[in-house]
Amino acid sequence: MATVTYDHASRIYPGTERPAVDQLNLHVEDGEFLVLVGPSGCGKSTSLRMLAGLEDVNAGRILIGDRDVTDVQPKDRDIAMVFQNYALYPHMSVADNMGFALKIAGKPKSEIRSRVEEAAKILDLTEYLDRKPKALSGGQRQRVAMGRAIVRNPQVFLMDEPLSNLDAKLRVQTRTQIASLTRRLEVTTVYVTHDQVEALTMGDRIAVLKDGVLQQVDTPRALYDSPKNVFVAGFIGSPAMNIGTFSVTNGVAKIGQAQIPLTRDAVAGLTAEDNGKVTLGFRPEALDIVPESDPSAIEIEVNIVEELGSDAYVYGTLKGDAAGADLASAGAGDHEVIVRINPRTAPAKGERIHVAIRPGQEHVFSPTTGLRLSSQ
Amino acid sequence: MAQNLQITASSPDPALLDLPWDIPLEDWPAEVLAALPRGLSRHVVRFVRMSGGVIAVKEIGESVAYREYELLRQLSRINVPSVEPVGVITGRTDKNGERLEAVLITKHLQFSLPYRSLFSQALRPDTATRLIDALAVLLVRLHLIGFYWGDVSLSNTLFRRDAETFAAYLVDAETGDLHHKLSPGQRTYDVDLARTNIIGELMDLVAGELLDEDTDTIAIGDALVERYNELWSALTDEESFGADERWRVAARIDRLNHLGFDVGELEITTDIDGTSVQIQPKVVDAGHHSRRLMRLTGLDVQENQARRLLNDLDSYRAAMDRQNDDEEFVAHDWLSGVFEPTVRAVPRDQRRKLEPAQLFHEVLDHRWFISEQQKRDVPMPEAVESYVENVLRDRPDEMAILGLPPDAADQQE
Repeated sequence: MATVTYDHASRIYPGTERPAVDQLNLHVEDGEFLVLVGPSGCGKSTSLRMLAGLEDVNAGRILIGDRDVTDVQPKDRDIAMVFQNYALYPHMSVADNMGFALKIAGKPKSEIRSRVEEAAKILDLTEYLDRKPKALSGGQRQRVAMGRAIVRNPQVFLMDEPLSNLDAKLRVQTRTQIASLTRRLEVTTVYVTHDQVEALTMGDRIAVLKDGVLQQVDTPRALYDSPKNVFVAGFIGSPAMNIGTFSVTNGVAKIGQAQIPLTRDAVAGLTAEDNGKVTLGFRPEALDIVPESDPSAIEIEVNIVEELGSDAYVYGTLKGDAAGADLASAGAGDHEVIVRINPRTAPAKGERIHVAIRPGQEHVFSPTTGLRLSSQ
Repeated sequence: MAQNLQITASSPDPALLDLPWDIPLEDWPAEVLAALPRGLSRHVVRFVRMSGGVIAVKEIGESVAYREYELLRQLSRINVPSVEPVGVITGRTDKNGERLEAVLITKHLQFSLPYRSLFSQALRPDTATRLIDALAVLLVRLHLIGFYWGDVSLSNTLFRRDAETFAAYLVDAETGDLHHKLSPGQRTYDVDLARTNIIGELMDLVAGELLDEDTDTIAIGDALVERYNELWSALTDEESFGADERWRVAARIDRLNHLGFDVGELEITTDIDGTSVQIQPKVVDAGHHSRRLMRLTGLDVQENQARRLLNDLDSYRAAMDRQNDDEEFVAHDWLSGVFEPTVRAVPRDQRRKLEPAQLFHEVLDHRWFISEQQKRDVPMPEAVESYVENVLRDRPDEMAILGLPPDAADQQE
């Protein structure tokens, strides 16, 4: 087991000006499950492949434990790319399918058997060891593939979108299995995905990347509650946060007639460049239905109600004085906001509702830098 | 059928619409399937008859399907031996409206042989070596253009006969990536994974008693690494010599031609006082012989078949005493006077078993064999007749390996 450290690690592809990964500093603890997440082209897979030795590191270095592996060949790094190949061999038993790489490495039979048995115990495959893969379910086959990596006892597991080619059902099942297995094994794991839900459900910590630059690395809870900038705020969470830019007067932001008092910290963080404006974000569940007369009421016309059983979401457009304000959610259409409401009292399409941001649940950002201003 | 199919294809065949897309691929009826041996795959793959040909259909996640389709198109465009993509179909639902997985469709490569059927046909004992050689050439070609495969294996490769050797084709690009240039890390990782996968696949054949249990599977895997490294360094290494040894430039080019590669760009540098010269090939293209044969005759064949045909063309030229004639004219006469009559002399029902160039190659081999046996120069027409009677009749049809029921063909599920 080992830690993983990216120390100002950069990857610059020949002929490009912007680094694919720009001065990445990241420390993964021993036994930690770290997820690299971000939109396509953010550098997450490149970062993982730099750790695997599949991409050159043009500046900075990468360490596994205390060992500088920047110039070490992939096969000498003591890492395992899990799920890289998991076609199972039909004529070989489950045990042989798991242990064949050890056999190639010339390990003695008794050692192979004991390592395979140990892995099988963890994977709940003990009773299948002498059977052929044909007899296994889809989920069990995934576990055999996982077993191939486990028996090698690597320092670090690397997984690059391992669920992307599974069907929806197997995806959720395998997601849970990987998460619980890696915890039980206490193997340091670096996992790449573009799916923030996958990231939130699996990671001990999540590193959010955009344009090759690390935006924030934190626990799922901290990322959700205190995104460090507008990008992370809009990227993490489903449905996505409502975000807009409004004018501020005397420490009060105005969305149409609605008055949103800002904390002193937040106001103090605004600068002349912000030009009397502030960027506000609030999650769909941070809104309450209020009477029209409430001074902080925002008027919304309901375009569609999405019923999910336990919850319902209103997708609506700002009306009244706020109409046309620059406010939207990345999860909705242009100029559309999302509001979580009680499904038992859901409004109808075309109805107008009034909502207010629950005090303290607004996220305040500088419109110039995009950085978080409120301290919570 | 309330399906809302999206078909992405470069030249869509309307017959695609007649296939039962509302049924999970696993449950497709036998009457639409072609009985071809399936390789090992993590996905459900089926071979399907369509418009007189065969297509391969693979169920796979939507984004991965589009990605692989695009990659295969790029590979075809730059003439890398790979399967030809037909299209991607998404938006499939079954009769109850349940979503079904997207599919990637590729053309089945005619006359191609999966490694499993090559081994089960009990070919000559050095088959494994020749397959490994072919795979090493393919891997080097892919790496030269910056393609990282990510899952090199015998299962992800198809083989076609190429004179006395094989030519390898990439069939699965799911884990691949096209880069500007590969790093040594990417190359060694690909080669190392290839070694592991090949040994695993051969161990599986041993376990299934398709391969002799004394086979040294590890040595075969190691041979790939060795062959790859030899070829890579022959093609890319820098060479240094004294300024008075300039013949070595031509020698290097000859050597590359002999390996089947053309040199598109050769970097030559000299040191300041001009006493030593360094050369390093910068751009090399596979297909030296097949391009030359194509230019002379219009025949589009594989590299070693081309080499064989060119040799025959050379001996024809010598025998006809036409060394001073234009090569193009001689080639034209050889094509109409030797090659075409030979192929046409094979009865039509036997002719489709092998590609024409492969047939011609085997007839040449056979003529050499019987000539030696009978201690006389057996003329072509007689050689063809003997070849058809004594060799071809007993050969399986390799245009599309048939004869296996779909269930038996299924190796994975």
